[in-house]
Amino acid sequence: MSAGTETDTETRYDYGGDEFVYVELSAAMSLPVHFTSLAITRRLAEEAIPGVEEIAPSNASYMVRVDPDRLHPRDLVRELQRIEGEVGSLSDDLTVATRIVDVPIMLNDPWTHEVLMKFRDRHQDPNGTDLDYGARINGYSSTEDFIDALAASPYLVTMMGFVPGLPWCFQLVPRERQVEVPKYVRPRTETPERAFGFGGAFAVIYPVKGAGGYQLFGSAPAPIFDGEQRLPDFAENNSVVFFKHGDVINYRRVDRGEYDDVRAQVDAGTWRYSFKELEFSPSRFLADPDGTNAAMKEVLYG
Amino acid sequence: MIICQDPGLETTVQDTGRLGYYSIGFPPSGALDSFAYHVGNALVGNEPGAAGLEAVYLGPTLEFTEDTVIAVTGADIPAFVDGAEIPLWESVAVSSGSVLSFGQLRGGARPYIAVAGGIDVPLYYGSRSTYTLVGIGGFEGRALRAGDELAIGSDARDPRAGRRVDASDVPVHPSTAEVHLLVGLHSYRLTEDSLARFTDTEWKVTPDANRVGYRFRGAELEFVPREQPFGAGSDPANVTDCGYPVGSVQVPGGVEPIVLLQDAVTGGGYATLGTVVSVDRDRLAQTKTGDRTRFVPVDLDGALEVRKDRLGALDRIRSALA
Repeated sequence: MSAGTETDTETRYDYGGDEFVYVELSAAMSLPVHFTSLAITRRLAEEAIPGVEEIAPSNASYMVRVDPDRLHPRDLVRELQRIEGEVGSLSDDLTVATRIVDVPIMLNDPWTHEVLMKFRDRHQDPNGTDLDYGARINGYSSTEDFIDALAASPYLVTMMGFVPGLPWCFQLVPRERQVEVPKYVRPRTETPERAFGFGGAFAVIYPVKGAGGYQLFGSAPAPIFDGEQRLPDFAENNSVVFFKHGDVINYRRVDRGEYDDVRAQVDAGTWRYSFKELEFSPSRFLADPDGTNAAMKEVLYG
Repeated sequence: MIICQDPGLETTVQDTGRLGYYSIGFPPSGALDSFAYHVGNALVGNEPGAAGLEAVYLGPTLEFTEDTVIAVTGADIPAFVDGAEIPLWESVAVSSGSVLSFGQLRGGARPYIAVAGGIDVPLYYGSRSTYTLVGIGGFEGRALRAGDELAIGSDARDPRAGRRVDASDVPVHPSTAEVHLLVGLHSYRLTEDSLARFTDTEWKVTPDANRVGYRFRGAELEFVPREQPFGAGSDPANVTDCGYPVGSVQVPGGVEPIVLLQDAVTGGGYATLGTVVSVDRDRLAQTKTGDRTRFVPVDLDGALEVRKDRLGALDRIRSALA
């Protein structure tokens, strides 16, 4: 156990009260760490250990809800340590069956702009906008260049949650090209529905309106949560959320005209995401990020 | 049927919660004060998971259109059937046409109303609990409004008036609630002084206190300076986004600790300093804006002991009422 101490070289196992075990493989995000977390949580699910109630894989960590009346949390940690030892680090032949999804996005949109201006007192830079701030601290000479970088390469969904259906998206580019921004100093009490936000090294779409601490950069016209399963993408999968852990998302910049067009399709109940299924190989991606991205986009757009 | 004549402040249908979907972002929802909810069901002779009503601060006014048995538990609040005060923590027969109403809150924050048979709303992802943040579950995904008509279900096992909880088993609601906290998760991000200050401080519940979480004020906490790990973001309160246990405590900005409750956001990127022991969320649920809360540190064994005591008492009370 290394509770209460910070190390970035060994996995940290800790207890989230009496019902959760939190496992942090690394304090820092990276794809190899993420895939190790994925491999461990997959194995844990396969083993179906009595008392393991829920498994939530996340970016560089994972969490397990345990019924302590059936499985002592300390015994669960021993099982998790055993699995970590058996799974080891990222295997070269690991591939993930996934899909690449086209997700229209309008950056620098009027809706998030209106909200972010209301909460400048909670922001690192009260005098600017979230996009200007993001561009500046990431070393971009213009906000337009920054926007281009945000939409230039696809993202991998490395965590789901916050509220139902929200995907945490880690951009599939080498670390030196990854955007990183802080979360708000204090979270906003308001975020528009379908806002495109960024916090740490992760892009998100907020499924519904509500509180939120991510920098606000844009807005997605298509819903990612449909509580009534009105749209065919949701009804056909019998799910209220669209994205899945492991999805690859290509955020494609759209202008106001296309934004409004997608909104009209959503209102008419005819909107469908376009996506293609594929096998994602982490080791292949790490060896050739741009080539892998180009090949995936080719699969999506032909 | 039950007709809602007046919804009070925010009255929702709740049960034991929606478990199994945390990894796609569904919090458990369900009754915030689990003890009061379970005892209510036991009093009216329901199956343990039957749905009931949770109110906050102001009770609803409800008309019954059939004979049934009800029980009010949780907050200390005068309750009346057709204008005559009824005992709390006791099952009471109501007749068709009777109206349940409430007076002014004397202690606690959330009254629970159990009805023999339970509240019959459709199951949504396995639960009848309302999750208003995204508008799903419960009665049309929202808090009750005047005019709503609630069907009574068939989860009654042995409905009977006159079941009573011993006075010694009725929770009291002190103005300073004590809850046990298992320190950990990202507690290393706070200075030792700040961690000590966290557990020494009587925190005041702010107006931002709801089913998602309670925000507190009372002290300033400082983070240990560090070079932030990649992916977290540069603010000292930031960590690489991860799952948040229900009951976990985060301190964005160091000034406003947030304790997540049943409608918790399931993950995010603010450092958490520990987790309130599950059974003590019942106590937080009975605190209101302006009340004070103290976090008492425990280790894992201590947390499991608190859990065992509280769940043991619930089992004993249920057996006595069966």
